[in-house]
Amino acid sequence: MLETAVRRIRVEHIMGTAISIDLRDAEVEDDVVATAFEWLRQVDACFSLYKPQSEISRLGRGELTVEECRAEVGEVLSLCEELREETQGVFNAWSCRSDGRLDPSGVVKGWAVERAAGILERAGGRNFCFNAGGDVLIRGEPEPGRAWRIGIRHPNDIGALAAVVHGNDLAVATSGAYERGDHIVDARTGVPSRTLLSLTMAGPSLTMADAYATAGFAMGTAGVEWVAGRPSYAPFAVTTSGRVRYSDAFADLLVSGDTSGSQLVGR
Amino acid sequence: MPTRAAVAIVATAIAVVLLFSFKTPAQARPRTPAADVSQASPTPSASPSPSESSAPTPTPTPTNPGPTYKDGQYTGQVFQNQFGDTQVKVTISGGRITDVQALQLPYDRQRSAEISQYAAPQLHDEVLQAQSAQIDTLSGATYTTDSYAQSVQSALDKAHA
Repeated sequence: MLETAVRRIRVEHIMGTAISIDLRDAEVEDDVVATAFEWLRQVDACFSLYKPQSEISRLGRGELTVEECRAEVGEVLSLCEELREETQGVFNAWSCRSDGRLDPSGVVKGWAVERAAGILERAGGRNFCFNAGGDVLIRGEPEPGRAWRIGIRHPNDIGALAAVVHGNDLAVATSGAYERGDHIVDARTGVPSRTLLSLTMAGPSLTMADAYATAGFAMGTAGVEWVAGRPSYAPFAVTTSGRVRYSDAFADLLVSGDTSGSQLVGR
Repeated sequence: MPTRAAVAIVATAIAVVLLFSFKTPAQARPRTPAADVSQASPTPSASPSPSESSAPTPTPTPTNPGPTYKDGQYTGQVFQNQFGDTQVKVTISGGRITDVQALQLPYDRQRSAEISQYAAPQLHDEVLQAQSAQIDTLSGATYTTDSYAQSVQSALDKAHA
């Protein structure tokens, strides 16, 4: 008997961005997706810097200790600390804001989505796609025999893609200044990163792909080398000179266009 | 100074966007299995040296079916960020995405346009090629999906019907 795929997609606005769950497993109940969204809303309520009564806001004001917060706060802060060490301070939740307040939001979204994916998996979900504000987590396949295809937006051409990758179990995160302006700055120099237009990271964990993309983007062109050295992660960068740089591991993920075999590489 | 800031994500007020939720019917019509099996990609392995302009030519897969859509033009939902509204129109022809037009863009695009004057020419051909590729979802800097890409996605959701 041939398997057929049904497609259920649901989008909610959480964490200041749109998060979609595209579930292809017919046997998984709708309320599992609802539970995943409920988890994401809980994370938002707990970690939002824009909600004065969120635990992270209260923690930042010294009204709560980490121990008084829900366990996930400690988990996320541990993750932030590991990343601070790994990036030699480039990624730093404790000093990334001009007002000096604690801001773990650089890892919260990817981490929360991975946990939400776990909710689907525990309920039997095998084939689904999360898209959280441009950060993508895929599992399985969209229909029998076909890999998921993920477009990577061209940083300068709003109607175009810079590349298309495909895979079955993969996380893809992109950092760039093209949506929010120069919001990622290297405080060691005090200037925004202006050598890269965008940096995309593909790898097994969305949390790490997102964090590496952010840190690597802040480092500029040197960051491409740095992120390429992260085991199991593959970078794809578009530089301000219009070139595309990517690792061999990323090349393995690329899908060509459907009519031509020309290289997806800038000059 | 171990805690010296490096990545400073400048706090910007996040525009409050309408909470929305939509879903396609749970009993969506069954999709036909793909005619040929597209190459499955392994999880990327470590590869420390990025190559510039020397990557191998991706194998053309002209028969790779990709997702199929119903022909027509589909207007995506309007998505907002603090720079303004974004809305796109997607054209499907022969079951494939043939055009994505931006109907509304935030004013901040002007700055991007300046950069693209020197960046775009080198990427142009490759981009056109990629644009015709069929995709299931889109990765971009945050707010891309919040505005542009989600508008594209919402248009594609209609095209899937």
